[in-house]
Amino acid sequence: MSHRLDRGGRLIDRTKRLDFTFNGKRMQGYAGDTLAAALLASDQMLVGRSFKYHRPRGIVASGAEEPNALVGLGEEPRFEPNQRTTTTELFAGAKMVSQNHWPSLEHDIGAVNNAFARFLTAGFYYKMFIHPRPFWKHVYEPFIRRTAGLGRAPEAETVDADRYEQIHAFADVLVIGGGIAGIAAARAAAEAGRRVILCEQAAHWGGRAPVDGVVIEGQAAADWVEAQIEALRGMANVTLLPRTMGAGVHDHGYVLAYQRVADHEPGADKPRHRLWRIRAGRTITATGAIERPLSFAGNDIPGVMLASAMRDYAVNWAVVPGKRVVVVTNNDDAYRTAIALHEAGVAVRAVIDARPAARGALPEAVRARGIRVATGTAIRRVEGGKRVTAVELCAQESDGAEASERIECDAVAMSGGWSPVVHLWSHCGGRLLWDEAQASFRPDPDRPPLGHDGAGFVIAAGSANGAMLADTVLADGHEAGQKAAGAKKKSRAPKAEAEEEEPLAPVWMMPARAGYKLRMKMWLDPQNDVKVSDIQLAAREGYESVEHAKRYTTLGMATDQGKMSNINGLAILADALGRPIPQVGTTTFRPPWTPISMGAIAGEARGPLFQPLRRTPLHDWHEANGADWEPVGQWRRPYCYRRAGESRHDAVMREVKQTRESLGLLDASTLGKIVVRGPDAGRFMDMLYTNMMSTLKPGKCRYGLMCNENGFLFDDGVVARLSDDAFLCHTTSGGADRVHAWMEDWLQCEWWDWKVHVVNLTEQFAQIAVVGPNARKVLERLGTDIDLSREALPFMDWREGRLAGMPARVFRISFSGELSYEIAVPAGHGLALWDRLIEAGAEFGAMPYGTEALHIMRAEKGFIMIGDETDGTVIPQDLGLDWAVSKKKADFLGKRGMEREAMVAPERWSLVGLETVDGSVLPHAALAPLEGENANGQRKTQGRVTSTYHSPTLGRGIALGLVHRGRERMGEVIEFRGDGGRMIAAKIVETCFHDKAGEKQHV
Amino acid sequence: MSEPVSALPGARYAGLVKVAEAGLRGMIVLRGDLASKAVAKAVKDATGMPVPETRRIAFGKEAAVAWMAPDELLILTDHAAVAKTVAKLEKALAGEFATVADVSDARAVFTLTGVQARDVLAKACPVDFADFPVGTIRRTRAAQVAAAIWRTEEDAFTLVCFRSVARYMWDLLTTLARPGGEVGLYR
Amino acid sequence: MLLLTCPHCGTAAEETEFANGGEAHLKRFGPGSPDADFEAYMFNRKNPRGVHFERWRHAYGCGKWFIAARCTVTLEVFATYPAQVTEPPEDVVKAIRAKRPDWEGWA
Repeated sequence: MSHRLDRGGRLIDRTKRLDFTFNGKRMQGYAGDTLAAALLASDQMLVGRSFKYHRPRGIVASGAEEPNALVGLGEEPRFEPNQRTTTTELFAGAKMVSQNHWPSLEHDIGAVNNAFARFLTAGFYYKMFIHPRPFWKHVYEPFIRRTAGLGRAPEAETVDADRYEQIHAFADVLVIGGGIAGIAAARAAAEAGRRVILCEQAAHWGGRAPVDGVVIEGQAAADWVEAQIEALRGMANVTLLPRTMGAGVHDHGYVLAYQRVADHEPGADKPRHRLWRIRAGRTITATGAIERPLSFAGNDIPGVMLASAMRDYAVNWAVVPGKRVVVVTNNDDAYRTAIALHEAGVAVRAVIDARPAARGALPEAVRARGIRVATGTAIRRVEGGKRVTAVELCAQESDGAEASERIECDAVAMSGGWSPVVHLWSHCGGRLLWDEAQASFRPDPDRPPLGHDGAGFVIAAGSANGAMLADTVLADGHEAGQKAAGAKKKSRAPKAEAEEEEPLAPVWMMPARAGYKLRMKMWLDPQNDVKVSDIQLAAREGYESVEHAKRYTTLGMATDQGKMSNINGLAILADALGRPIPQVGTTTFRPPWTPISMGAIAGEARGPLFQPLRRTPLHDWHEANGADWEPVGQWRRPYCYRRAGESRHDAVMREVKQTRESLGLLDASTLGKIVVRGPDAGRFMDMLYTNMMSTLKPGKCRYGLMCNENGFLFDDGVVARLSDDAFLCHTTSGGADRVHAWMEDWLQCEWWDWKVHVVNLTEQFAQIAVVGPNARKVLERLGTDIDLSREALPFMDWREGRLAGMPARVFRISFSGELSYEIAVPAGHGLALWDRLIEAGAEFGAMPYGTEALHIMRAEKGFIMIGDETDGTVIPQDLGLDWAVSKKKADFLGKRGMEREAMVAPERWSLVGLETVDGSVLPHAALAPLEGENANGQRKTQGRVTSTYHSPTLGRGIALGLVHRGRERMGEVIEFRGDGGRMIAAKIVETCFHDKAGEKQHV
Repeated sequence: MSEPVSALPGARYAGLVKVAEAGLRGMIVLRGDLASKAVAKAVKDATGMPVPETRRIAFGKEAAVAWMAPDELLILTDHAAVAKTVAKLEKALAGEFATVADVSDARAVFTLTGVQARDVLAKACPVDFADFPVGTIRRTRAAQVAAAIWRTEEDAFTLVCFRSVARYMWDLLTTLARPGGEVGLYR
Repeated sequence: MLLLTCPHCGTAAEETEFANGGEAHLKRFGPGSPDADFEAYMFNRKNPRGVHFERWRHAYGCGKWFIAARCTVTLEVFATYPAQVTEPPEDVVKAIRAKRPDWEGWA
């Protein structure tokens, strides 16, 4: 059984006991434990079930590569599935639940899949669920959905209770990985005067060296590490980030790192995670290496662990996985585990070494301790169900038909050699080469990812670069640091006491010629249940590309993304295809290195910060007075102002009626206001607008259209000429920034010799439309030095002066057909002006009105709305706006586009008014279908509704729509399709429904 | 006669740093040829200040002048002095190809003070504040909106954004300055 | 995420502070131009694998347009220069040639 030792454990604090539960069972650990260490200390080896066969799963690893020991952690609103116990620090009150089983971890009905495992081979789901087709939707999909997904998703309505944030940081040299290579690299770069960030995914520094008993500069590795970190902490040019995982390396030296700020101290009032957006000149990936498992039958039974992980648990947390352990290996490193376990008092029954001989210093040291070493030997199979009970041995060079020996044990430590962690090197295009001696891929220093300057910006260092012994690791790290820093003076690298290791022997299967029965019990990916036999089947079925074989078998597609299984799987595939491993290649390494939280990705952007909301100076007034909001771009505009007991429809009808009959007020502050000024302003305006603007006189206004070079209408508005050399362009609410950018684009990139300045003054002014027959009267009540009379300020004129004691511009323009003034005052005065208008308007029953009333009134007048009547394919002529397209001007933006054949064809759809025969309101965007289909097999149509409302003024439904040859078809009745296919007859009429002579706006 | 109001009058917060809405400030955009003698003289006469170097802001007794773009300055004055300063500039630049515009009401101004000011700003802006001495101005992005930031003192920054997003900016800065979010990046 | 230096204000900033404006050095064809020229101006883009000239606006900064010459394969940025030119400046062409001898030229 796994248990805690009485002594040792370099990372735990035995004075601090922490209570936690696993599946409701109360357990105890120490501060400094990982969840996995604490579980093992409580003899909880069985921690979950595999995804496909629901086989019992135990802890295999001690780090990010762990495929099995994932749990649901915490409670709503903080519950999270799939938390990796090997990299999560224990905290007081931690609540873990195991995953992927029902009704319990010990007794699981889904394990019945295991009994049928021989039928559930690679591609089973693809083959099985194809026929018959109709079964997919009603039988297969619901079944698969019920069983799919690892762990339980948090409750759908739960709001994450924690906060998250992001930060931008800059470094000359970013070092990812705080083992001895990373520390040496960071020190070298920092000594060279560079700005350095050093991050480490774990809570502690030093990586594996302290566990392996490395001696550096005459000190124990742990002491050397501590001294180095102290020194780095004291340097002003160094930032140390423990608990921070280098997640992804991206273009031009952009690196994302994921800091777990408060996971280990729940309840602390801190951001839980922080996403670092780092821009680094050079990035050093000192990310270490991952030990490979060995492929032997029963290698997935709980109690079979990586040899290095067993060593970690023993040395770091004083936890051992059993009382009698067998070590199985193809290399010298695993002998360190035998020694560590032996010294912890565990009975090491034997070291099973697949190599024909083991004569190195480490094997000899093991023999010297009286431990048996069996060379040329393989594990034939492991016995046990939820726990290892024994192993059977056989010769490595055999088919394993019979066992040569049986050893009783409760844990197996396996080592198939080490693979450099090349993920971050590879994220942005770094290439790999195959290292024959280590039987692994490692970074090819001649083909790094390239930065903005065309130079390589990632340098791999230490074990991540294939250097596996402490002394070479330190030298490599130091050199990487110097290189990244561009250090001119070479300094001396820290030295470690020499270690010796004999070469490993690549062993991809145990025994070498194992038969099918054994192979189908050899797990490559224990989470997704992919076995050696599955890869071999995929190869036989023609999956030659490693990317295809991956997707067919799901190898490496589990939450660990193949960290442990990758190389072994490749080797099996290469062997089955009869090709060398480097020719088969690897699958693509994609960020992030390990999963990061959605919270960290969102950062602060949630709730009110989810996206910026633009508010006018009157926003708070609207809010306090019953506004129903409508989003317009990022602005919020009142849709209507509802009174107690009113529906939205009621409110809108009331607002229209009161405005037409007496007085309405509209917050028009969102309208774009762009000043175009300079000696060439008129010339520029004539290019921007389809109509002639240069002839406009100061004090006058003109409605204008803007088209893109295709001739398609994209914005409209009233232009006021401010002076001989200045125009004020009003744009649509959503269009101000776009139009401003459009103007700057043409001025800077095409006509850069024209003397024109553009200034966006949209937000400088609050603008209020005062609309209705009593508009003039209310303005006069406010007091003004501007003569507002019909004669002095006629329709489409503007004046500047003072109104209600404020500096103001008064534009006599109308989007409703009523007598109407738009008043612009500096934004800081906006609310005061609005208050005064409400106050003075009381005697006329003045009402604020919203965007819907505005829409209805403009539709009653047949005025177009950008985005309703236009959709990016409509030219002004389609909308009957030919009058606003100059025929005199030699050129304007869009003129050439409008000359194209398709734009002048009589077949185009044109804007018409639509009156339903029964007076009802046509549905939004309703289509008028015709018999037959077009060339794309779609139903032919002859028109569509672009705007549709109930008009309180006319007491019936009115609509605008684009209809095929519409303007030639006045009086014709066509049918539009309504809800549920109901056909609605509508008569084609003029676009203006109300006050056709336009008398009301001229009073 | 009504008194104009700023976007979030009197807003104050104390967290990792002090955040305050600075009230109404006079702000004038001047576009023109910054290398020209006419602009230099107009700016000097109206503010007492020279045209600043690229990406710099110069602080004077009654005004500050900020470099915004190769052909654009932002002149900061008391709000009450704007009309007078605009008139002076326009008069001095009459006949020149130059544009003067009062943008005081189009913006909101915030100050951040405290030793952690750079850390808080770094949470919102993709800017290297290590290379940002007093008198530097940077137009950039604060989370999802445009902003201009300058450093007035060792531990004091001013941030300007559009008035319509003043509330967003306030929520952003006060969220990022919430205690518990200490970083220690800039020391 | 790209790192670009605005040639107008000298600020090296990340991609999120800029707005991309598509292929650079297009020649505008207006009223009276043949259909083929207009079509090429509006729709035909080189989309090269390799050296590419593209328009960027320093949208969150000084607001100015510039052109970046970069490699669409390696993302190397050869140069950035103000947009007020109709073709790449000679020194930019020279710098690209030095790094990409096989480049067929900008035209």
